[in-house]
Amino acid sequence: MTKQRAIVVGGGLAGLAATMKIAEQGMSVLLVSFLPVKRSHSVCAQGGINGAVNIKGEGDSPEIHFYDTVKGGDFLGHQPLCKDMCYHAPFIIYLLDRMGVPFNRTPEGNLDFRRFGGTLHHRTAFSGATTGQQLLYALDEQVRRYEVEGLVEKIEWHEYLGAVQDEDGKCVGAVIQNLRTGDIRAERGDAVILATGGPGVVYGRSTNSVVCTGTATTSAYLQGAKYGNGEFIQIHPTAVPGRDKLRLMSESARGEGGRVWVPRKANDQRDPKEIPAEERLYFLEEKYPRFGNLVPRDVGAREIYNICVNQGLGVHGDMKVYLDLTHHSREFLDRRLGGILEIYEKFTGVDPREEPMEIFPAVHYSMGGIWTDYNRTADGFIDHQSPRNQMTSMEGLYAAGEADYQYHGANRLGANSLLSCIYTGLMMGPGVVNYIKNQKGSATDLPSSLFDQAQQQWQEKFTSIKQMKGKENPYKLHTELSETMMSNVLIVRDNARLAATVEKIDEYDERWKDVECLDTSDWTNPVPSFVNQLYNMIQLSKVIAKGALLRDEFRGAHYKPEFEINQPSDFKPESFLEYTKLKAERGLKQDSFKPDHLEYMRLYEETNEKWLKSSIATFNGKGPDISYEAIDTSLIQPRPRKYD
Amino acid sequence: MSNKTITFKILRQDGPNQPSFWETFVIPYLPNSNVISCLMDIQKNPINSEGKKVRPVVWECNCLEEVCGTCTMVINGKTRQSCSALIDKLMQPITLQPLSKFPVVRDLAVDRSRMFEALKRIKAWVPMDGYHDLGPGDKILPDHQGVAYKLSECMTCGCCVEACPQYSRDNNFVGAAAISQARLFNMHPTGKLIANERLDSLMDDGGIAACGNAQNCVEVCPKSIPLTESIAEMGRQSSKRFWKTLFQI
Repeated sequence: MTKQRAIVVGGGLAGLAATMKIAEQGMSVLLVSFLPVKRSHSVCAQGGINGAVNIKGEGDSPEIHFYDTVKGGDFLGHQPLCKDMCYHAPFIIYLLDRMGVPFNRTPEGNLDFRRFGGTLHHRTAFSGATTGQQLLYALDEQVRRYEVEGLVEKIEWHEYLGAVQDEDGKCVGAVIQNLRTGDIRAERGDAVILATGGPGVVYGRSTNSVVCTGTATTSAYLQGAKYGNGEFIQIHPTAVPGRDKLRLMSESARGEGGRVWVPRKANDQRDPKEIPAEERLYFLEEKYPRFGNLVPRDVGAREIYNICVNQGLGVHGDMKVYLDLTHHSREFLDRRLGGILEIYEKFTGVDPREEPMEIFPAVHYSMGGIWTDYNRTADGFIDHQSPRNQMTSMEGLYAAGEADYQYHGANRLGANSLLSCIYTGLMMGPGVVNYIKNQKGSATDLPSSLFDQAQQQWQEKFTSIKQMKGKENPYKLHTELSETMMSNVLIVRDNARLAATVEKIDEYDERWKDVECLDTSDWTNPVPSFVNQLYNMIQLSKVIAKGALLRDEFRGAHYKPEFEINQPSDFKPESFLEYTKLKAERGLKQDSFKPDHLEYMRLYEETNEKWLKSSIATFNGKGPDISYEAIDTSLIQPRPRKYD
Repeated sequence: MSNKTITFKILRQDGPNQPSFWETFVIPYLPNSNVISCLMDIQKNPINSEGKKVRPVVWECNCLEEVCGTCTMVINGKTRQSCSALIDKLMQPITLQPLSKFPVVRDLAVDRSRMFEALKRIKAWVPMDGYHDLGPGDKILPDHQGVAYKLSECMTCGCCVEACPQYSRDNNFVGAAAISQARLFNMHPTGKLIANERLDSLMDDGGIAACGNAQNCVEVCPKSIPLTESIAEMGRQSSKRFWKTLFQI
């Protein structure tokens, strides 16, 4: 039998983690990346990586991390995976430490941890405020080691176009395009892993890098793979406005004590430093005394929207609030947040150590992604040897990192993304190797007609893209698409507007056919690639918008005021556990709970019965069909969230 | 305000070994612009100052917040990232040129593979027994971490070697970035286990001896990495290694 190998697409944290874990087991890997891997979007992650190491002696544990993660995701996460991830988190941090990541330290020389959103514990290990960059470099260095040893072949400046499938639909390779020469070729691989990140560019300006178009995952969806929870898009509460990009201002700024406020008086034109404390509204601290500025991101973004839009209290009447760190010493800020403060200063010309920052919410992360599978054990962990782990609904095609959909439910907690990327990459490694070894032969032995055909199909597609001579500038069309998504499928969602958006996207789909391919040369020509990416972004927008339209409830980042059920202010989430217990054991009496509590719990239960399910999009040739799948909630009973 | 414009002079080239030429673009001024947002504006309306429709300018970028190192170019004669080059702080006309020390791929895009190859040469990694659970690493004091973190912020952007008089297309100097990475790994508790291999590679042709001490690198580093300190430190380690090897001690 000829040599078997895995193809990993994407050189961010998930792709590199998968590559090194597979290579460690002696299996060859072809690593395909759009950019030199060191320039992947993972560099943008700032604040840190979660793991309940309990370095501060607060009684933190992986079980509490698991609970916070599932609660943060409004119970839509897949519990066995979340549990396994949280229990492995301390080990992953130690592993990164051994690899040489320069994590910040305590005076004794231990790893230091800071606070992050959605938890009351110091659980986030960090490397200044460029943790993603530092983690990516460490994994890149390990992969480079395997490259020198010959086990990993890395090809950069290549884009994934689609999967090669055999007559049974099994994925046996990938069609990729050389972004320098424009050549398209099919590569044989016994398993293909998509670790291609999120689709933030669908929204135009976001905190995402320019490569985050979601094209690869959308391509899998267009080839028949299921896409899960597309409508759950995370809006980060704190970003810095920019014309080309909305730059992230890390949650770690609040983790290190940053306070969010607005002047109590609307349109107050005073310099923020001249506004005395009693005339400032610290709205998160007031409304959420327990979690304060560190509420989860969905809550934070909604409160900022409420303050600015509903109450008209945004700074200078705009959609902006202050994020204030000026109470800390310069030395403290430089040591713990240096990187992000420098960036803020460089891009705005204002020194955040002296002046409060002006920030606003921005599209940041997709909780949804390609549908993937897993195999759980009886005690609720994951069987790491199973080839099912992280496999998509197309046999042989896997997904990892932000590209998948299982971990973060309806809202991701800060500093859980670096964790889920590295965890999925490492966790899936043994299962992928088992899958490959279980194959009867190698993809290399399959008839070449299969690969020639796939290659030819994509070559023809690009030839026709190059011949497009319509009236639409693809970059302008993208701006229109993204503005539509930004105005209608963001923090607050409304069915009438969503229905109009779905129609609008169909129009963009039509207009795409009238695009002009502005540059038809062969050498290093990004235009045809962009035209193809734009097509995929239009298709993915349909999944996001239709998913949002159909989901008639309020869950995590998906907020539809029309379907909000108001939690009584004196309600305790544990009451719901008593309620279900009573109902099951002795039957509920009218006086078991206060009437408003009872009514609330009844509605909550009803909503969950209908909607505590993953939404699954499948491509019907024109757009998505949406169906719903049950999830495993056997480890932590779902209950109402509360952060005040 | 609405009549205000921004003028760009861009050095373009259709491909390697093709002639280069200057092309001028005049675009409407918008507040808070940077070089990248202007290049994006040109994509949406690719018409040069002579009113001729041309193909959009090719350049590389990714993170747009100066952590990925991709969008380095020469802007008004200075090597820097184009994302953090704010229009309000630049003299017009704004000239954009590709980095001169690397082969041009197309327009402003260059091939910096040589910098990544240099990282292979100096073995820029920590040797490990495996990726299974082996407990935490060594204790490291905050001051030590502070030095390592600064060095580890290097994003292989190419500014240091662009400004270096010794680094040229026809030699094999590894450059300041790689030398500084060797220092980073040589100070790590397990990274130092192969310190001598790194020193040997730096003592070889194109290694540390090729540095002419012009100190331009440290001037242009966007992350203020103490590159000259790193070069001096690796010089010291190399000399020590040289004498030790010579006297076999």
